[in-house]
Amino acid sequence: MQASTAITKDLVAQHNLTDDEYKKILDILGREPNLTELGMFSVMWSEHCSYKSSRVHLRKLPTTGPRVVQGPGENAGAVDIGDGLCVVFKMESHNHPSFIEPYQGAATGVGGILRDVFTMGARPIALLNSLRFGGLDTAKNRHLMKGVVAGIAGYGNCMGVPTIGGEVRFDDIYALNPLVNAFCVGLARKDKIFLGTAAGVGNPVIYFGSKTGRDGIHGATMASDSFDDASEQKRPTVQVGDPFQEKLLLEACLELMAGDLLVGIQDMGAAGLTSSSCEMASRAGNGIELDLTHVPRREPGMTPYELMLSESQERMLMVAKAGNEDECIRICRKWDLDVAVVGTVTGDGILRVKDQGKVVAEIPAKALADEGPRYERPYAPPGYQDMLTNLNYDAIPDVKDAQAALLALLESPTIASKRWVYEQYDHMVRTNTMVRPGSDAAVIRIKGTNKAVAITVDCNGRYCLLHPYEGARLAVAEAARNLVCSGAEPIGLTDCLNFGNPERPDIMWQFVLSIEGMKDACEHFKIPIVSGNVSFYNETNGLSIYPTPMLGMVGLIEQADTAMTQWFKQEGDDVILLGATREDLGGSEYLKVVHAREQGSPPFLSLEAEQAVQTCVLGLIREGVVQSAHDCSDGGLAVALAECCMSGPDRALGAVVRLSPGRLRTDAVLFGESQSRVVLSAKPAHRQAILDRAKRLGVPAVVIGAVGGVSLVVYLGDERATTKTLDVPVATLFDRWAFSIERTLNHESLS
Amino acid sequence: MNFGVVVFPGSNCDHDCEHIFTDVLGQSVQMVWHKETSLKGLDAVILPGGFSYGDYLRTGAIARFSPVMNAVKQFASEGGMVMGICNGFQILLEAGLLPGAMLRNKSLHFICKDVYLKVENAATPFTGLCKSGQVLKVPIAHADGNYYTDPVTLAGLQANAQVIFRYCDRDGKVTPEVNPNGSLDNIAGIRNAEGNVLGMMPHPERCAESMLGNEDGRLILASMVEGLKKAQSKADLVKA
Repeated sequence: MQASTAITKDLVAQHNLTDDEYKKILDILGREPNLTELGMFSVMWSEHCSYKSSRVHLRKLPTTGPRVVQGPGENAGAVDIGDGLCVVFKMESHNHPSFIEPYQGAATGVGGILRDVFTMGARPIALLNSLRFGGLDTAKNRHLMKGVVAGIAGYGNCMGVPTIGGEVRFDDIYALNPLVNAFCVGLARKDKIFLGTAAGVGNPVIYFGSKTGRDGIHGATMASDSFDDASEQKRPTVQVGDPFQEKLLLEACLELMAGDLLVGIQDMGAAGLTSSSCEMASRAGNGIELDLTHVPRREPGMTPYELMLSESQERMLMVAKAGNEDECIRICRKWDLDVAVVGTVTGDGILRVKDQGKVVAEIPAKALADEGPRYERPYAPPGYQDMLTNLNYDAIPDVKDAQAALLALLESPTIASKRWVYEQYDHMVRTNTMVRPGSDAAVIRIKGTNKAVAITVDCNGRYCLLHPYEGARLAVAEAARNLVCSGAEPIGLTDCLNFGNPERPDIMWQFVLSIEGMKDACEHFKIPIVSGNVSFYNETNGLSIYPTPMLGMVGLIEQADTAMTQWFKQEGDDVILLGATREDLGGSEYLKVVHAREQGSPPFLSLEAEQAVQTCVLGLIREGVVQSAHDCSDGGLAVALAECCMSGPDRALGAVVRLSPGRLRTDAVLFGESQSRVVLSAKPAHRQAILDRAKRLGVPAVVIGAVGGVSLVVYLGDERATTKTLDVPVATLFDRWAFSIERTLNHESLS
Repeated sequence: MNFGVVVFPGSNCDHDCEHIFTDVLGQSVQMVWHKETSLKGLDAVILPGGFSYGDYLRTGAIARFSPVMNAVKQFASEGGMVMGICNGFQILLEAGLLPGAMLRNKSLHFICKDVYLKVENAATPFTGLCKSGQVLKVPIAHADGNYYTDPVTLAGLQANAQVIFRYCDRDGKVTPEVNPNGSLDNIAGIRNAEGNVLGMMPHPERCAESMLGNEDGRLILASMVEGLKKAQSKADLVKA
């Protein structure tokens, strides 16, 4: 064993291990760990790697279904799309590093999720991302947003994987804890899925990719801790990405996988060499013996501790079938990668690490990978919950100037066009992008088939704050609705659960309720959750983010040419509203932007009504009777209509619409965020077919107007009403909406 | 026709070019690894887009030292058709096969969006199916497309009708407002004096299928196929 550093109480605490966790380590080893072993335990048992606070709850989520090829537990999930193909996908957070160093933090987040997907044998075909920042009125937040977007662009563009969509929302609660969640979808042959397993005693363990350096040591531990004012000093724990190296790694991996050379493969993400080796060994019930002497290094003098904990990027570990070492090495060298046989699969279940002939660590692989602590942390609603939910609407005056309110909403960065963002991402490379960013979901075709897949990312953190259970159900419903409006049937889900400190009962309460909400909605819609990631400790100086269970959902379009977009297509088309409008002002963007309130109960959701609307819309799209379909979400019906008018790529079209408010407030009719509503446009010849189908399914459906003119005009009331509540030229709407973010970011005089 | 698509480490539009020339235009395509030293048997060579060598140092600056580039120079000097798209254009500039250089986009951002191109010269084997002055909608996706050269070279390019595509508006007006990257004289694509080497920043291979909503790029790529066929039948006539 290596010359011992005394393992003191302080040292254990510095490694973020509790007294009980340390006792457990002593029990497992039957002795004191040395420093290297302590480091290995600390990263593998960190919240980030071990899911110790979340695992007991994650188990409740539905993960199976007829299409599921690979559920949670591997590098990514996989779902069957027919034709012998499957989509492989996962979403992951890189929140903490992105706050400390936005460009590299975001870039390596993209790099990590790409590796998770191509490790499975899939060629990445699409990237998406979901971002949260504080308001753009501070220089710091603008700096974070610019850096994160540039980092995502820098990595994804170089890799040649299109970034086809995502969402960006703004709220000051994220100012000190921005969220950067990256989502990757790959395509693989169903019979050529690769897993992270170290099967076959005696098989060689081969390292390839970049050299190992001293960067990112304890990245996983950092990601498992809250921030304080000194957090910026953690910059050295952020890794630096090299997308060119990753592109070579991708091509080398796919070439290695094309032959019959490999048993298993895993990328070195968080906790680097430690996690990849112990997880692969543990999955196969085997051990691995590593010899660090052969590990390619960036600099001399690195200790076993540093080598085992480094999170240098663009590295992989593969277990080859014995005898294929030379062919594996040849392929890696062709792609100018470092490569070395660094170990062997053993039958004793031990992860044994040697350096210069000496054993420097010896730990049961299963204990490291799977037998970490599990916590059933206490949970309880926070005392302020009722204050958030109870809102006296009588105290809030109804809207007087609807036009000003609409323009303010369109200009608010959460609703405004994300053109400034997605034009920095190559969203067309690979020539599959049928529906580009800026519609309800992005759509990419699958070459060699008639199919396409639609992909979306969704979560409204404010709804989740106001009611975590409802918020999570609403997120599932909205994601599914976005896919359906694009003509796709939802087939699978990945989640990225961003929360505060789980050691606080109120945060744990948010987490547990969110899981329950996701579970109920996914079970109802029969959408399996096949992969995911949990990011806790999104908290700075005791202030937590809103609970933000981000959902990435994938849908299948059997006939690619039926893919649908959200914008109006033709003058004279009917505008039809499906679904019922209620007084759902609680948690709305309108209340926040116009009345500066983030309060109330989130919108009502009936899963049955939602299902009926979705069935109706999907049937109509497949029948070919609608010209456009757009879901009503942030900003309600008025914003949805404005988006239908102005978001098309080639030309804007106006519309004249008449809404009967009944007993509802005007602001609730225009800007309330009632769920399960979809705005369709269709040729008048198809009107009856649409109304009939809606009636059959019990979906409220009303022809509310017609496409045409150069303005969006809205009358409230019956046919006799002659006062226009809204009458805005589409050009004005467009100008406010399309350039808002750009204008804000370029406004250097803001402090 | 037999097209070669060169694959540098970091090329990422190589598969897109292969797809268009084979699946859409029905030609045969050979992928050419950058360490190859011969281009024998090819009728035309495509240098695809991407980030060759990560675009480290300067776009195209390292790729020009790849062994295949000597073969490309040889191929071009013998009159072979060479087309560089985006990063391929940047490599052609660095290799001296086309005059000028690329600067960072004026905005300093990567830009991916549709732009309009005016076909300034339709009497080339790369644009034979276009009309002179025709406006095409083609996407760009680059961070370094701000074309620059000295005034004498620019005057020469203009005088010899070597400027093939310029950025314009929907109606074909060439104005500074529609210049997406700051490039000199709104230049989007140029050819060499001999006329057999073309470089362009926009991606015609990304808009050559109705399924993707735009087929304008197909005119350029199909022109190339036609141009080659014409050249070949001429050569056959001479031989006969």
